[in-house]
Amino acid sequence: MSAVTPEIQRISGMRRFKDKGVQALVYLAFAIAVVPLVSVLWLVISNGLARFDMEFLTHSMRNIGARDAGGGAYHAIIGTLEQVALASLISVPIGLLTAVYLVEYGTNGRLKRSISFFVDIMTGVPSVVAGLFILAFWILILGMPFSGWAGAMALSILMLPTVVRSAEEMLMLVPNDLREASYALGVSKWRTIVKVVLPTAFTGIVTGVMLAIARVAGETAPLLLTVFFTDSINEDPFNGPQMGLPLYVFDQAARPNDTAIDRAWAGALTLIVIIMLLNLAARLITYWRSPARKR
Amino acid sequence: MAKQIEVTDVDAYYGSHKAIEGINMTIDARAVTAFIGPSGCGKSTFLRTLNRMHEVIPGARVEGKIRMEEQDLYGSDVDPVSVRRTIGMVFQRPNPFPTMSIYDNVAAGLRLNHRYSKSQLDTIVEDSLKGANLWNEVKDRLNKPGSGLSGGQQQRLCIARAIAVQPQVLLMDEPCSALDPISTLAIEDLISKLKQEFTIVIVTHNMQQAARVSDKTAFFNLAAQGQPGKLIEMDETTKIFTSPTQKATEDYITGRFG
Repeated sequence: MSAVTPEIQRISGMRRFKDKGVQALVYLAFAIAVVPLVSVLWLVISNGLARFDMEFLTHSMRNIGARDAGGGAYHAIIGTLEQVALASLISVPIGLLTAVYLVEYGTNGRLKRSISFFVDIMTGVPSVVAGLFILAFWILILGMPFSGWAGAMALSILMLPTVVRSAEEMLMLVPNDLREASYALGVSKWRTIVKVVLPTAFTGIVTGVMLAIARVAGETAPLLLTVFFTDSINEDPFNGPQMGLPLYVFDQAARPNDTAIDRAWAGALTLIVIIMLLNLAARLITYWRSPARKR
Repeated sequence: MAKQIEVTDVDAYYGSHKAIEGINMTIDARAVTAFIGPSGCGKSTFLRTLNRMHEVIPGARVEGKIRMEEQDLYGSDVDPVSVRRTIGMVFQRPNPFPTMSIYDNVAAGLRLNHRYSKSQLDTIVEDSLKGANLWNEVKDRLNKPGSGLSGGQQQRLCIARAIAVQPQVLLMDEPCSALDPISTLAIEDLISKLKQEFTIVIVTHNMQQAARVSDKTAFFNLAAQGQPGKLIEMDETTKIFTSPTQKATEDYITGRFG
């Protein structure tokens, strides 16, 4: 039996070639992925800046005629902020508690599997279906008026699965060592979850919630069916039609004159800025909470 | 405050798999008892039955009696949380809470159970850190995160955290296996100091360590892979390491197998 003596070899030309080739492919794929992102941003910023001014941010469309310049999206900004805040208020606690149940309490039982299954199905619900459900149930059957609250409920249906899934992932990442360390100190299970598990997963959970918010803040279809729309400022989300930024963009972009088109672009830019600010706030919160800062 | 533990006919299961069988022993108060034996022989499992940590794993259960000074730890009306408060545990890998500072880590067991005043907490934290020989190294950075310490310091932090709740018994599951020789020495010194106050049980793969720190040694073994682990022999450490009565013990400690 002749043993092959291993020898130290030079990198073959073929391997070098493959390496470079794959590297080029990866960079190319990245560039292609970035093109739409950058061009969308570029378009929205360059077109939106024309009307992105104080008047736009502080005025509604009340008494602005079809051909008039001026007007703004204040009513839509208020609407979007309130609707998204209410939607988060509904879906974050429910989603977080569901995730805690799935990770900490459901030990592979039938309930856990069926919850997981339905969360997966909810992920696939088209946004218009969520809107139709609230329209049919809340507005047509229960006879409630169009309102920001109805919109928030539709949005929360869309947020819920994202919150559950991301929080579940983050809770599963918490090492079991920490739970055991806490149990071994004579700490009960629920205090372990509240004081050790959730704080450890906090950063990830905040990121997940932000992604969910960003996802629903741009939804148009469910709002169209539940919030209806208005040109005036309505600060009460529980009473009467409201506006939302996506609705505003949809409405203005459909009008035939340039002043409206400009407002639509500015509305889109406002929406992007709001999401960016929210993300920034979340980053700041997680930065302040992170142990690395104290080191 | 240290207490003696009496173990009678304990079996432990993971689902349908029997991991240990028929363990009988007495663990002396204010002494160090070492568990030695090959990997998979159930010494860690047995250690975890002593403070009811075994049943935390889904499907795991324990049969038999474990009494601490006339109190049945597995009695039907006994709260496992209070058992763990009385019998503390230090794990193989140091596991300080990453979101908490050094101070908060030590205070964690206290804070999560009762309300203490700031000055009470300060005193207990300082005493515990001194008890774990860590005070001088960390007293100027109590508010820094515990994860910033070295491995040996983290393990001593975990010991400080465990003794802060003032348990009767301290269980240690291979506390030095992830540490360098100097940190190991620091922990061994600490164990010798702690045994004046606590009943200590230590699982170790390092026989020199068992010989160095323990008063009594228990040797565990299993007949074959997949069989439950059993207690082969338990005696004074000097006796186990010089003239064991069982052939298997002698083979193991002289390095003929395992």
